[in-house]
Amino acid sequence: MAALLEVKNINVYYGAIHAVKDISFQVNQGEIVTLIGANGAGKTTTLQTVSGLLRSRTGSIQLEGKPIQNVPAHKLVAHGLAQVPEGRRVFQQMTVEENLEMGAFTQANSTIAPNLERVFEQFPRLKERRRQVAGTLSGGEQQMLAMGRALMSNPKILMLDEPSMGLAPILVEQIFDIIKRLHQAGTTILLVEQNARMALSVADRGYVLETGRITLTGPGKELLADEAVKKAYLGG
Amino acid sequence: MEFLLYLINGISMGSIYAIIALGYTMVYGIAKMLNFAHGDVIMVGGYVSFYATTYATGQLLGDNPSETAVGVATLVSVLLAMIVCTVLGVIIEGLAYRPLRQAGSLAVLITAIGVSYFLQNAAQLLFGANPKNFTSVIGGQLSLFDGQLRISNVALLTVVACVVIMIGLTLFTGRSKMGKAMRACSEDKGAAQLMGINVNRTISLTFAIGSALAAIAGVLLCSYSPVLQPTTGSMPGIKAFTAAVFGGIGSIPGAMLGGILLGIIEALAQAYISTQLSNAILFAVLIVVLLVKPSGLLGKYVPEKV
Repeated sequence: MAALLEVKNINVYYGAIHAVKDISFQVNQGEIVTLIGANGAGKTTTLQTVSGLLRSRTGSIQLEGKPIQNVPAHKLVAHGLAQVPEGRRVFQQMTVEENLEMGAFTQANSTIAPNLERVFEQFPRLKERRRQVAGTLSGGEQQMLAMGRALMSNPKILMLDEPSMGLAPILVEQIFDIIKRLHQAGTTILLVEQNARMALSVADRGYVLETGRITLTGPGKELLADEAVKKAYLGG
Repeated sequence: MEFLLYLINGISMGSIYAIIALGYTMVYGIAKMLNFAHGDVIMVGGYVSFYATTYATGQLLGDNPSETAVGVATLVSVLLAMIVCTVLGVIIEGLAYRPLRQAGSLAVLITAIGVSYFLQNAAQLLFGANPKNFTSVIGGQLSLFDGQLRISNVALLTVVACVVIMIGLTLFTGRSKMGKAMRACSEDKGAAQLMGINVNRTISLTFAIGSALAAIAGVLLCSYSPVLQPTTGSMPGIKAFTAAVFGGIGSIPGAMLGGILLGIIEALAQAYISTQLSNAILFAVLIVVLLVKPSGLLGKYVPEKV
């Protein structure tokens, strides 16, 4: 199977700190792939490098076989890459609908209305609150908004950075239900999570990151059963 | 009746402050920097308009130009001033501020002050230090209550221009795609980038709009007080900056309100207290407002996120 996203040997530095060490992974069409690991393992750094906010000194990143490692961040959306950033980062002072419109910034105006309908179908709650300012939404609703906003660009691959962060357990369940639903609808997803149990239970494949390196990889279910993973990330 | 006259003068002078303050506040909102060269862009606008009208009346229109011809020449000179200032604003942003995007705010502030002095001195070199006598873009006055209340047409034009600009900007930032992108950038540049918004281009656009407004303000200002010299823009610039802070920096309606209030306070202070002390009174009011409401009249207090 041809990889939709292929990351090869990237190395990312913050000044003198070597945050991501020679990481390679791939995401195939229609898959959910998760990167799990502890705080500071390099998950977010990896994701931000893929989305162009950070640069790798080496290696390559390919989307559908085309190198994208030198494309400026704001142009990657048009290539089919959408990222839901850590901490959601919805535009707090703009309405729900305006946030969604911003997600479709690179799209032709004619696609906005049908996309908006589709997102509202996925997230009926957002439709109820479409005129409300995003800052007044609850954390779970903001996460839905951030995901809906990313979907507005018709992405080929949706990258989620810690979607469960700071949410109550019941909301985490809801968000993961949505992720499963999006997957069933055919969306390719790259999921970065600290909540390894949830992430691995929905993922087709997973990569375990430890201090900037990939130490383990395999199907989600296998990693879930792996003794080392259990010990380190699943609480025994 | 006298009071009404002072009030109207205050409102129209305040409208000029408001138009200038919009430039400060929009640039601050998106680039989080104080563009102290903004006042000097006003001065450049004044000179461009001055030379354009002088050239038109001296070379193009002949001895007895019709009123329409003069009107068209004036309009063209204002448009020319807007174009030159827009280009100047974008160049200033690109050359002086863009390289400092990742630098500390102090470096940017000092650079802005440097650009301000650069423009003033360049103007002195190009146009000379001698004041030019600016002819008002519009003459005449409106007489009300059997001539008891006379309002100059410049004053009326200023207020109308201010209201039109305010409505235009509100529609632009509220309805248009680029305007919304501008608001998105001012909230979170990283997230805006992830939406596919070109942040640098959006900042350039903000400078372009602010500078075009500065050109309009420059022409109106010189129509009021016809002495045009290289330092013409600096005091109104500082007052407009005060107005922006007064109204809540980053807020468009705030700049408007701050500007007009400042104009009224200034006019009334000049009329009833002391002309010499009017500036001191103005800044004293600002200090009191900031002590009571540090975010300005319409500003929102946004806590720093950690």
